[in-house]
Amino acid sequence: MDTTPRYSGLRIFREALRGHQGWERAWRDPAPKASYDVVIIGGGGHGLASAYYLARDHGIANVAVIEKSAIGLGNVGRNTTIVRSNYLYPENHHFYEKSLQLWEGLEQDLNFNVMMSQRGVLNLFHSDSQRDAAARRGNAMRLSGIDAELLDRHGVARYAPLVDMDNARFPVYGGLLQNRGGTARHDAVAWGFARGADRHGVDIIQHCEVTGIRREGGRVTGVETSRGFISARKIAIAVAGHSSHVAAMAGLRLPIESHKLQAFVSEGLKPMIDGVITFGAGHFYISQSDKGGLVFGGDIDRYNSYARRGSLPIVEDVMSEGIAMVPALSRVRVLRQWAGIMDMSMDGSPIIGKTPVGGLYLNGGWCYGGFKAIPGSGWCFAYTIAKDEPHPLNAALSLDRFRDGRMIDEKGAGPAPWAH
Amino acid sequence: MHLITCPWCGTRDQAEFTYRGDATLTRPDPASANAPEAFFEFSYQRTNPMGWHSEWWHHTGGCRQWVKVVRNTLTHEIAATGAAHDVLKVPAR
Repeated sequence: MDTTPRYSGLRIFREALRGHQGWERAWRDPAPKASYDVVIIGGGGHGLASAYYLARDHGIANVAVIEKSAIGLGNVGRNTTIVRSNYLYPENHHFYEKSLQLWEGLEQDLNFNVMMSQRGVLNLFHSDSQRDAAARRGNAMRLSGIDAELLDRHGVARYAPLVDMDNARFPVYGGLLQNRGGTARHDAVAWGFARGADRHGVDIIQHCEVTGIRREGGRVTGVETSRGFISARKIAIAVAGHSSHVAAMAGLRLPIESHKLQAFVSEGLKPMIDGVITFGAGHFYISQSDKGGLVFGGDIDRYNSYARRGSLPIVEDVMSEGIAMVPALSRVRVLRQWAGIMDMSMDGSPIIGKTPVGGLYLNGGWCYGGFKAIPGSGWCFAYTIAKDEPHPLNAALSLDRFRDGRMIDEKGAGPAPWAH
Repeated sequence: MHLITCPWCGTRDQAEFTYRGDATLTRPDPASANAPEAFFEFSYQRTNPMGWHSEWWHHTGGCRQWVKVVRNTLTHEIAATGAAHDVLKVPAR
């Protein structure tokens, strides 16, 4: 039973008066038990959200989330914090819309300020054919009840005054705006779900590396870890970036390559970018954090890598695209740059579902898009684990779609993971 | 940042090359009995190793030959490069 006090304005006031001596741990630090109903490998956003919804919605609280490092140090703390559901294909947009709807109520749900800010996401286009593609995507979204608005040149100039409308090579023709999209505080999402899962009885076990997955007669029986064997009826993998590595412990090969994606933050500036703006003549996205830093990124480094450091050709690429879109950026100094490892799937869409091994479930293949999916992914994955079958929202995101030829390839790039 | 030794042009900047993934895959025989399964494996399934990886780099900004490269995906160290038909030694660890 949850007896920990809730966070509130009144509590902050009370704690301020008594020197902040009364704050409890946000989540416990338990030793692993010998056995659990469900072991979730990976204490990132997806693993923690899955544990939270398993305990809250499905009454399965005898759950351990096993994390190799500490909560918040993986991709959940390395992304550019963008939240949106502006996808073309119904298999994707219904799923991401569910996620966006969960984001909209997440702070009340978790009693944690995840700083969800629906400041809008604007995708620029620079040609007639790109306008057609944007209109098609916007219409597909609107037919599914998702908000989308096609802006003309004047609309873009009003929305984002610093964008270079008349770039000689890439003049801006307009943009597709999703007003309900925006950004959230990435660390807070991990912490909020960790605290929420813990309050429902989930054990979050940090600094415990899974080294093997034990199987018997085609079913999983538990995980070998750096802190001993833990038996489990069901095992769920949520380690995007390293899915191939962990799935190989259960003898599986996946339709995934690991690539690294860089992100950048500038020095703190006065407000200059409202919303999230993406460049249509390349691959560049930018927003401004509440602290004032510009948060931006571009393409993956385009070769297999598990090294969390980016290389210079992409740095140059990202900077040049940024300056082409917003020339004012040329005087901005970059404060930090880092990289995270992405599961690049063969069709650019994620995988949430069952695997050929009994009791083993996979959540991965997030490509660039994992952060915005966290609540929806956890919600669908928890359902899949609890019922041993996918929810209609993630039924199409199955692992076997690659064998069956049911690809969900938004970009039409084919099985070339570095091109998605 | 990689410096890749092209067997024809010598050591060149990574920016001259275009990546094309796993070089251990061979196109299956479409006439074979298990062709559908073999093509599924060939097209979609990857070992995606953490460590040494044999891969294709196309020297698009140079001689336009395909270069086979043995590269470590954790350290980015390159152990060997060669022509497409070369059998390159992959380090044990």
